[in-house]
Amino acid sequence: MLKGDSLWFRYGPQLPWTVQNISLAVAPGEVLGIMAPSGYGKTTIGKLLSGYLPAIKGAVSVNGRSLPQKGYCPVQLVFQNPELAVNPRWRIRQILQEGGKLNLAQLAAFGIHPNWLSRYPHELSGGELQRVAISRILNSATRYIIADEMTAMLDANTQALIWQIVLDFVKKQQIGLVAISHEQRLLERLCDRILNL
Amino acid sequence: MTSTIDPAVNLEAKTSSSLQQNPSRTSRRSRTLAAIVLGTLFLGAIIFSPWILGESGLSTVLTQRNQPPTWSHPFGTDWLGRDMLMRSLHGLSLSLRIGLLAASISAFIGTSLGLAAGTFGGWVDAVIIWIVDVFFSLPHLVLLILIAFSVGGGTRGVIIAVALTHWTNLARIIRAEVLQVNSADYIHLSRQFGKSSLWIARHHMMPHIVPQLIVGLILLFPHAILHEAALSFIGIGLSPHLPAVGIILAESMRHLSTGYWWLGVMPGLLLLLSVKAFDWVGENLRILLAPKTSQE
Repeated sequence: MLKGDSLWFRYGPQLPWTVQNISLAVAPGEVLGIMAPSGYGKTTIGKLLSGYLPAIKGAVSVNGRSLPQKGYCPVQLVFQNPELAVNPRWRIRQILQEGGKLNLAQLAAFGIHPNWLSRYPHELSGGELQRVAISRILNSATRYIIADEMTAMLDANTQALIWQIVLDFVKKQQIGLVAISHEQRLLERLCDRILNL
Repeated sequence: MTSTIDPAVNLEAKTSSSLQQNPSRTSRRSRTLAAIVLGTLFLGAIIFSPWILGESGLSTVLTQRNQPPTWSHPFGTDWLGRDMLMRSLHGLSLSLRIGLLAASISAFIGTSLGLAAGTFGGWVDAVIIWIVDVFFSLPHLVLLILIAFSVGGGTRGVIIAVALTHWTNLARIIRAEVLQVNSADYIHLSRQFGKSSLWIARHHMMPHIVPQLIVGLILLFPHAILHEAALSFIGIGLSPHLPAVGIILAESMRHLSTGYWWLGVMPGLLLLLSVKAFDWVGENLRILLAPKTSQE
């Protein structure tokens, strides 16, 4: 169970609270949607849950224990912009291998062409790169996935393709998924439960 | 849902195969490589020319004084009948070696300070940036003269002065690169994957820093060499008995007004060519090392 317990966060001591007293929990295999318009701190919640930012008050825990400081983090965040989430001087093969061993069957399911592997990130389109970024974290060490507007920049076809593979993986591996979006209809399709901020 | 997916995948398969058949990809890459090899060979030939060609042509031949360029003396001869091509090659070789040494020291200082400023931040960063700003606020040549003069001039003075004044740009570039990479999402993601700081420095940071360092170092050479020549030219650099290119150019000034133009023009041209060659090699290496252009 991934739990956020009354989380508070602000980006500076003088600034207003970005996240105020948010509590949520995701069970393995469950898909939780977080719905809010822009500027409601959705991304910040995602970063708090995945350990990118430390909560100022409150705590994030996985099965009763706080997130590990070292080693592979069981909670992984998928960024909205894949361009920023990959090293521009790495080839795709190296990027995929950072998350774990290459899983060729899974790459094929994602439509990741084998000859992309020797390319640099700027030689792929945003949608292609996002598939690489997602495929990188879909491995057995990942127990919870935070998808922050994961497909907001993609066309409907690719969006459907990606969500289908991710949902398949989540159900099969009993992974907890938090889908953050401002699109009500998308979340209604995907989620077992929706949290409105 | 599945039926709508296939066309998109097909479309991407098509575009990726058409990309690979781009005919100009190999030719651009080989042109860049050829430029690097040619430039390096040219500079190598100049640096090693004294050992290849020996001392021939450097002895005084008073019967062949002040001859304009001919086929037997492509750069002409000086007022003692010495072959100017040989003198220029010897001089340039010495100047290049001194420039290389000074530029390497400078690049080492620049990289260390840049890495320190970017990695530690805080007061370390503030102090280093302050030093860089002080160097930037003084006219370059004045600073060179001051340092060369205060450490006693000569070869040592030139090397110290050039090494101490050329690191600032590289330090700033490296610092900016470190700061930018450190704040990138993919670094944070790497930590989430359980990678250690050392692993991140080795695999994420190095590929960004090393190309900057190599290109920065090579583009430092022309500056270092020109400034070494300039210091020798105004007389506080290398001592007059050394055949450095700055000395040759300074000597030629006395004879220019008497119409012996080749004494200044020919060594000057050779200096210009070699500086340009460094520039060429540096620019082409940059193209080769940057992922945006390396596969074109």
